[in-house]
Amino acid sequence: MTFEDWFRTDRLPHIYCAGCGNGTIINCTLSAVDQMGWEKEKTVFVSGIGCSSRAPGYIVTDSLHTTHGRALAFATGVKLADPALRVVVFTGDGDLAAIGGNHFIHACRRNIDLTVVCMNNQIYGMTGGQGSPTTPMGCLSTTTPYGSDEPSFDLCELAIAAGANYVARWTSYHVKELEKAVKAGLDTPGFSFVEAMTQCPTNFGRRNKFKQVADQVEYLKAHALLKAKRDRMIGQGEKVPDDAFVVGELMRRNRPAMGVKE
Amino acid sequence: MTKLEFWQGNTACAEGALAAGCRFFGGYPITPSTEVAEHMAVKLPKMNGVFVQMEDEIAGIAAIIGASWTGVRAMTATSGPGFSLMMENIGYAAMTETPCVIVNIQRGGPSTGQPTMAAQGDMLQCRFGSHGDYSVIALCPASVQEMYELTAKAFDLADRYRVPVFLMADEIVGHMRERIRVPDKVGQTPRRELEKGVLPFQPDADLVPGFATFGKGHGVHVTGLTHDERGYPCATNPGVHAALVRRLVDKVENARAAIADYDIINPDAEQVFIAYGAPVRTVQQVLHDRPDGMIGFLRLRTVWPFPEHAIRAFSQAKVFFVPELNMGQIAREIERHVEVPVVSLPKLGGDLHTPPELLAALEAHR
Repeated sequence: MTFEDWFRTDRLPHIYCAGCGNGTIINCTLSAVDQMGWEKEKTVFVSGIGCSSRAPGYIVTDSLHTTHGRALAFATGVKLADPALRVVVFTGDGDLAAIGGNHFIHACRRNIDLTVVCMNNQIYGMTGGQGSPTTPMGCLSTTTPYGSDEPSFDLCELAIAAGANYVARWTSYHVKELEKAVKAGLDTPGFSFVEAMTQCPTNFGRRNKFKQVADQVEYLKAHALLKAKRDRMIGQGEKVPDDAFVVGELMRRNRPAMGVKE
Repeated sequence: MTKLEFWQGNTACAEGALAAGCRFFGGYPITPSTEVAEHMAVKLPKMNGVFVQMEDEIAGIAAIIGASWTGVRAMTATSGPGFSLMMENIGYAAMTETPCVIVNIQRGGPSTGQPTMAAQGDMLQCRFGSHGDYSVIALCPASVQEMYELTAKAFDLADRYRVPVFLMADEIVGHMRERIRVPDKVGQTPRRELEKGVLPFQPDADLVPGFATFGKGHGVHVTGLTHDERGYPCATNPGVHAALVRRLVDKVENARAAIADYDIINPDAEQVFIAYGAPVRTVQQVLHDRPDGMIGFLRLRTVWPFPEHAIRAFSQAKVFFVPELNMGQIAREIERHVEVPVVSLPKLGGDLHTPPELLAALEAHR
């Protein structure tokens, strides 16, 4: 099998805009799921609301497309009620970090056996480009027309602080690394959080001086700073650039977890 | 065989749920419902069930909806403020036709109001609280015995009609202690599983689709978006939306007579009380004190869908009296169905009506 066998083909074509990175992230995730050898019958995809959350609708397994921000609470119910089911959650920066922030913190704390893939495009794409908790300071959106003046969230640091067993960040450029990270997350008991930075040409790129889709992917590539390199820079007293974000495996541990099938 | 117990209403509620096969509770502590959660926390882990205290009531109902899709009978319990928080996901349960039971031990509102005092102020919220049109089932117990029996019944109704079912109790019934006969066994009607080859949201003749339990190979897509019979989003087709919403309403409203649970006492009376929940107790006392058969009583256990046909049993009625622990929420519903005067008898603050108060109302309208 390949990742293509996991698609609900009668639902295609999808609703994503030309140049959107979400498809890349879905492919990476399904490749990882496929490599795990999971049964379709026993795999469930759960999501909230937003562009990211439309993903389960295109996947052939049982899937639960829920309310805005609440995917992790629904997924907690599914997983605790039947730990034999493998549960993967697709979410986005607005869904997870704004309206769903409290559920995110507590799912990490419970360290419940889910794998969460967050498509972070730093904007509300579905509603037309409003600022989100991960919109970088200074960036333009329809609700930050003079540039965002709020500091943005580091979702991986949040997941680590709240207790997740596995935390990694990559981008839509780093497809092989992303796929491996998702697979490591699927393979780790407890809460696994994989953040995938991705381009939104329609609503982020065009308002923030990225003329081509490739320009934004190029930006993600250029500003992704490997964790090992970042640690080395700090060790040597070098300044880490303000606009860089750390990528790589940021946490792997074995805290007590909930919902793990015995 | 039955055994006699002396239980609190909230304990009886939890025990009724367990007897009905409830094996998942997700919730958040709130007065005056907390004893339901506490009892489930003690019992469920020993019965191969799951108790989980969620981070808020929004998560509580989300968790039971998720659990329900794995085929388990699932419940939450709350009171006013938590009930308000649940509203969006109650609409999600209605739209996705997810069986679940929501217990509301009502307290005085609005807002934080009176955490330890009884009210019936959420009777319209349970019917209309989430956005959009849909229909639900609401049951109102008036005794510890009924806390047990109606909670158990709520699970059968939820599975039968695939809707959220509300146990709309109040602080008085939830916290009172009285004798209860506990049956050995509670009859359970299992959820109707989706047959192979049938679409997951394709209704049967009763307008209720078979249930596509997760993990059984159905590959069902469940969404709160307007969806077709495959479960696929279809949110801009007016015909699909209209047909879906009408079905969600009709599957419950068409079954009004089958769902209705009530007692008719003295149907030839000219003066008739209609009550549900704790005020039933005061009306019963009035009837006990005036055993002349001159006072009629429609005593409702089902409030939604409203059993309007039951009112017609009182063909001689010249006036209906509706004592409620709110400003007349169900009195207004009754007015829609009768030609004669409806006298709303609101009681706010947490106390029950006294028998003399109800007798005074009868005198005033003689």
